[in-house]
Amino acid sequence: MLPLPNFVRKDRLASRHSALPTRWRQRVHELLGSINDSENPGNPMAEKQIEGDVLLSVRDLHVQFLTGAGLIHAVRGVSYDVWAGEIVALVGESGCGKSVSSLALMGLLHGGDATRISGAASLKGMDYFGLSEEQMRRLRGREIAMVFQEPMTALNPVLTIGIQIMEPMLAHLGYSREKAWNRAVELLTLVGVPDPERRLGLYPHQFSGGMRQRVMIAIALACNPSVIIADEPTTALDVTIQAQILDLLQDLVDELKIGLVLITHNLGLVARYADRVNVMYAGRIVEAGTTSQVLRHPRHQYTAGLLKAVPQLDMPRQELLETIPGQPPSLRALPEGCAFRPRCSAASDKCLEIPALTRSTQDHSDACFHPFKDNGVYPAAGTPEPIKPAISKEALLTVSGLTKHFYLGRGATVRAVENVSFSVPTGGTLGLVGESGCGKTTLARLLLRLEQATAGTFELDGDDLLFKRGQRLKDMRRKIQVVYQDPFTSLNPRHKVADALVEPLLVHKLRKNRREARERVEEALSLVGLPSEMGDRYPHQMSGGQRQRVGIARALVMEPDFIICDEPVSALDVSIQAQIMNLLVELQKKLGLTYLFIAHDLAVVRHISDIVAVMYLGRVVESGRRQELFAEPRHPYTQALLAAVPSFRGLKGEGLSRGPLQGEIPSPLNPPSGCVFHTRCPLATDECRTAVPESRSLTETHKVACVRA
Amino acid sequence: MLRYLLNRLMLAIPTLLGVATLTFFMLALLPGDAVETMLRADGGNPTPEIIAAERARLGLDRPILVQFGDFLWGLFTGDLGSSSWTGKPVLDEIMLRLPVTLELAVLGMIIAVVIALPLGTLAGIFHGTWLDNLIRIFAFGGIALPSFWLGMMLALAMLWFFNWLPPLGSNSLFSDPIRVLQQLTLPALAVGYRYAAMLVRMMRASVIEAMSEDYVRTARAKGLPASSIVRRHIVPNSLLPTVTIIGLEFALMVGSLVVIEQVFSLNGLGRLFVESVARSDLIVIQGIVVVLTIIFIAINLLVDLAYAAIDPRIRLGRG
Repeated sequence: MLPLPNFVRKDRLASRHSALPTRWRQRVHELLGSINDSENPGNPMAEKQIEGDVLLSVRDLHVQFLTGAGLIHAVRGVSYDVWAGEIVALVGESGCGKSVSSLALMGLLHGGDATRISGAASLKGMDYFGLSEEQMRRLRGREIAMVFQEPMTALNPVLTIGIQIMEPMLAHLGYSREKAWNRAVELLTLVGVPDPERRLGLYPHQFSGGMRQRVMIAIALACNPSVIIADEPTTALDVTIQAQILDLLQDLVDELKIGLVLITHNLGLVARYADRVNVMYAGRIVEAGTTSQVLRHPRHQYTAGLLKAVPQLDMPRQELLETIPGQPPSLRALPEGCAFRPRCSAASDKCLEIPALTRSTQDHSDACFHPFKDNGVYPAAGTPEPIKPAISKEALLTVSGLTKHFYLGRGATVRAVENVSFSVPTGGTLGLVGESGCGKTTLARLLLRLEQATAGTFELDGDDLLFKRGQRLKDMRRKIQVVYQDPFTSLNPRHKVADALVEPLLVHKLRKNRREARERVEEALSLVGLPSEMGDRYPHQMSGGQRQRVGIARALVMEPDFIICDEPVSALDVSIQAQIMNLLVELQKKLGLTYLFIAHDLAVVRHISDIVAVMYLGRVVESGRRQELFAEPRHPYTQALLAAVPSFRGLKGEGLSRGPLQGEIPSPLNPPSGCVFHTRCPLATDECRTAVPESRSLTETHKVACVRA
Repeated sequence: MLRYLLNRLMLAIPTLLGVATLTFFMLALLPGDAVETMLRADGGNPTPEIIAAERARLGLDRPILVQFGDFLWGLFTGDLGSSSWTGKPVLDEIMLRLPVTLELAVLGMIIAVVIALPLGTLAGIFHGTWLDNLIRIFAFGGIALPSFWLGMMLALAMLWFFNWLPPLGSNSLFSDPIRVLQQLTLPALAVGYRYAAMLVRMMRASVIEAMSEDYVRTARAKGLPASSIVRRHIVPNSLLPTVTIIGLEFALMVGSLVVIEQVFSLNGLGRLFVESVARSDLIVIQGIVVVLTIIFIAINLLVDLAYAAIDPRIRLGRG
């Protein structure tokens, strides 16, 4: 008999072993290298009685992967319940086991014998871990469905949307094609895709990211499942689209009484949408409870640290963020006892034992021996920041009328950047914020001279750089450096870190030989807080945070005046993100650097910038000093962006308005006439359809391009 | 879609011109004189005057660029010149032998595709199992064994076990298809094996890649049966890279026909090619190269069409 392929083979251990009596199960655990190292088989929270039905109930879930490099204990005893009509969040940083535990629940983990799953899970009271793969398949998509992170890759590119939505109905419900088609039309209407009949015949590449995610949700809803697991459903989407998608999920949960498991790293989303939250760290739930309890009165030191490390729009801005030192532990070599112990300031010898998840109040439990004590409501409500005079009058970088058109032939023109003007004071930071496709990255590429601008000027220290050639272009390149978003793909995997950093020094002849260049590299590495031995590592041997430090060091070796940071922290985990932002701030103080900081995260931009420019479809719609722009946003787009960012202050059920912007960003290939924002603007009038708004000054520094503002 | 097709057709023209130019000048630069070789072939000892007269008759005394222009114009009007050996038009010589070669090539391709796609899919889906290992060994054999040797072994085996050899003589596919099949199956197997081996490897790799794609995970999350995941999600996406290889490997296979036609005494293009080389009949060689190029371009045009049929992103344009 041929063994089933890996991707359909259900882990045999799990299926056999949940049928055993508890006593035996314990024994199996011991034999399997003590999977069950926890003293708390269940989450006390989970026993709580709530009106309605428990749809999904997970008990003591363990997942282990046997790899060449050793045993990875990815999930270590996770228990939680999901009731009908509620959203339960699993929140944590990458590698905390939130996705792996959900894939295990779906029976979607690869690996056959190399993967061990144990524990129990029941769906509407039926223990389904004991089922065969064929029975499990009948549940998947029928009773328990999943929405994945990347709507770009999660849909099959060669099948129409219609077929992909109909597939689960044809497989599970025995619908005729016609019936399935009609239901697909219904579903698309339900998830807010206009013109569903026509859209069903289209392919995924003909949809925008937000629309694709709506299609994913329609697929998940197809068979009326009782539980949907949404794994980072909006991480790849823009903030206004994110709000639309989560509002949609919220409506569906309320209306259809689905239980939704929301996996996310974004605490703001948890605050706004989740009823209950489970905070995960290194494969365990370290804190669980209602959202208001956990976010307002965190008890585990990790939760408290995480809440402090995330910059929030409605909290007072601090010069430096409070950070959690170190980095999440490797799952191959977990620290003894509490996994957070090495990073925890409150840790004691007692923490060498694993703390059990114990209940502190009716709907709050934590696994910490030294719970965080806060005084009243945490975090404190913010007061608006006073407007201080601008830090420096002298502009290092002045951009005026910068324009980039891409000509696609046959008269088609993408107006990627349109008449953009701003200046950045010496030693200051300009934050450039906007959604994808707004032209912020193109702008960075123009300033780096990786693209040739169509029109405009761009002066650094009074020297126009837009048409420099040869040696003078090379000199300019030294002065302007860049830090990219993804430190892994922007470092050559075959070069040791030091070699990658030495290269530009030699190319620019800033150092005579390799040895002197190496000295400079070590200086730069120590500036970013890396020991010089790191220079001998390859990028894959470092963590994400360390790699981003290398990315910054690579910019610093050239002793630049100006650094363009293109989404430098968006690929990093929350606790690491704070460390990197603090590093950037410290370096700026120490070296007098000037930054152009590009990001889509408004809270991050507010934290780091002196001046902020908001872009929409290639145009700067509003700019001003941080204090005035965030305190008094004038352009309706800026207002909408700010309103779309979820924060800890407004919890679910506290009378929050919904995501403010409807519709999608128009294509820059065919931008709307007049004011480009009028198609989505709540204030738009007929005038906005025709008149292109000029940028006008509200104060000396605050400018807005809107006739109605 | 039409634009895509026209685009591909327009690209074919510079390719053909490039190959024609390259062939013409490479042959012109070759040492040795075709006329002299031809005149000496019967053991004669031609005087320089006779050689010169013969060169003038063939137009070889003209400047090289004039000859090239003549060749290009001929190409344009479908006239590939006349053989310097038999004096017959090259096009006639080629058309006489083209059917056998084409039939053999197409049969080889069909055999390869029919064998390779299922095997490659199986190997990919069950990768890491004994079935996969078996298929990989099979594929490895196809790459390691020379096709002429395999052809001889096949013929010998048929003779040994069944006392049967493929029929000889030239047969038309339309008048006697059975006989043509009898004649061509063994050589087609011999050349198709290698072709199949390449395709198996490509298909296996693409299937493995497709299996780890997010959309396959989505399909599993929908609870689809394994058979529809393979049929609808894995195979169509794995075909794209494999189809490319079908086009590229076709050219390699046509090259190996030169030898296999000798082994099975088939009077095809390959044989004509070998004979023409022996006779230094440059004009025929030139003609064969041009015809093979056209076939290659046509096959790759078909591949591009297949691409468009499989992938809506090409058919409908991006975004």
